[in-house]
Amino acid sequence: MKTQLNAQLSLLKQSRLKPLEVVFWLLAFAVPLLSPSHVLIINEIAIVALFAVSLDIILGYTGIVSLGHAAFFGLGGYAAALFAKLVMPDPLVGLAVGIAAAALLGLLASLTILRGSDLTRLMVTLGLGLIMMEIANKLGWLTGGADGLQGVVMGPLLGRFEFDLSGVTAVYYSLSVLLLFFMLLRRVIHSPFGGTLMAIRDNRLRAMAIGIPVNERLVVAYTLSAAVAGAAGALMTQTTGFASLDLFEFHRSADVMLILVVGGTGWLYGGVAGAIVFKLMQDFLSSITPQYWMFWIGLFLVVLVLVGRDRLIRPWTWWRAARGGKA
Amino acid sequence: MSTAATNQTETVLSAQNLEMRFGGIVATNKVSLDLKKGARHALIGPNGAGKTTFINLLTGVLQPTSGRIVLEGEDITSLAPHARVGRGMVRTFQINQLFDTMTPLQTLALVVSQRLGLGRKWWPSLGHSAPVARRCEELLTQFHLAEVMNQRTSQLAYGKRRLLEIAIALACEPRVLLLDEPVAGVPAGEREELLQTVAALPADVSVLLIEHDMDLVFSFATRMTVLVNGTLLTEGTPDEIAANPEVKAVYLGHGEDAQHD
Repeated sequence: MKTQLNAQLSLLKQSRLKPLEVVFWLLAFAVPLLSPSHVLIINEIAIVALFAVSLDIILGYTGIVSLGHAAFFGLGGYAAALFAKLVMPDPLVGLAVGIAAAALLGLLASLTILRGSDLTRLMVTLGLGLIMMEIANKLGWLTGGADGLQGVVMGPLLGRFEFDLSGVTAVYYSLSVLLLFFMLLRRVIHSPFGGTLMAIRDNRLRAMAIGIPVNERLVVAYTLSAAVAGAAGALMTQTTGFASLDLFEFHRSADVMLILVVGGTGWLYGGVAGAIVFKLMQDFLSSITPQYWMFWIGLFLVVLVLVGRDRLIRPWTWWRAARGGKA
Repeated sequence: MSTAATNQTETVLSAQNLEMRFGGIVATNKVSLDLKKGARHALIGPNGAGKTTFINLLTGVLQPTSGRIVLEGEDITSLAPHARVGRGMVRTFQINQLFDTMTPLQTLALVVSQRLGLGRKWWPSLGHSAPVARRCEELLTQFHLAEVMNQRTSQLAYGKRRLLEIAIALACEPRVLLLDEPVAGVPAGEREELLQTVAALPADVSVLLIEHDMDLVFSFATRMTVLVNGTLLTEGTPDEIAANPEVKAVYLGHGEDAQHD
């Protein structure tokens, strides 16, 4: 009896765009029109989502922990802002400059994460973030130091759409760049290259034993991740017209990791979902309790991790699971 | 006839005076071993004899303190592990080393893609290549993994995981295959399935088998090397080994223990 396996069909099914995804992105692009008063927060969510997705490439898909991803976010941001101020104000060229700068730093920094354990990587990446912040602080003549880089004026997008006060151009710019990079990374993770990254995450020893050049893959993945983080940073300074040391702050690196924990790692939509939940929650909580909102975010994280994400979003399974656990 | 005869004596893999020291401990002491083309060679020895260390030296996980490794005429002593795989030397592990979050199908598709040089491609999807998918179907059928091909590897039964372990190595299209206790921990019922697959390996693939199970060793191997305390004790045909009094003293005499650990 010969059964039809259809391995190719099964493989292709995993990378196919699902209808729900299309609905999600249509919705994302419709929200700024439906609710113009929330343009600012949507812009911020899109940027943070892109940042989170970039971290997921190394954290979720390759298994490399990083507590200093803000180094790339900040460098991309400053590079784009300085380019606009000193060279030319075109946003797309500035975006490319931000990406290139962050990618270059990522390439250099990748050499520091090839060896050692997770703990050494946490420390090394943390150190990188601190170093970058201090460099930006010391180069006050260029970056404005602690005062930040003022007077970043962007030219019109594609020569047509001005970045006006309503923020509509900004939000569609950010959403478009997010969508572009998201779809690009989506292809990458479903490709043989992406498969080799997951193989390294799952079992580095075996990855080597099937002929994967592990270090080479780590360098490429880290550089790619840094480049996308740089794009997110560039969007941030370009759409706000301001760059400050806050871009490099440790809390950015920590927040983006929390966002991935909230949304789920090793799943590109996890970064987006996490960014939505985290930012909306932050926005909502800080408006009702400006001083203590961190408490509630902290409590939420504790509950999320203890209960588990899958169960938390399915309350109807709480009692069933508890019974199953006792039996 | 004459070409077949020369082919049989052609050395594919040659370990020359391999030595591995960890501080003051000598784990591998000047061990030499020639693997002929198409060989069914077994490496036996009591626990702690340094068999796995020897495999780790061959595959490049460990760098020998001294000695040389030559694969098909090329000195590979300082070659990185992944590059040795690219040259056709592939191993399996005593303890399963699998990609737990993937399915068997994804795993094999990945390994086959890597083997065919597609591992750097980041634009086409993993299922894009029809030859890759066809090869996966062959392997899945051959290793009785077809019905579980879309299940998460972490949820497979032990026997299936063991089969996948071996299937991954074969998906690399090895010319030299190092099997590190392939049936270790496999329940008796599933052993037969595995043994058949091992026996059915292509005749031009050279196999070095490390095994505790003496029944399997003697049914499989045409040549055997005995390792004791990191030192090569003797090498010969199964009959010679079985008749060797030294081997009997250090190893086969404790056959009962050896089979149960």
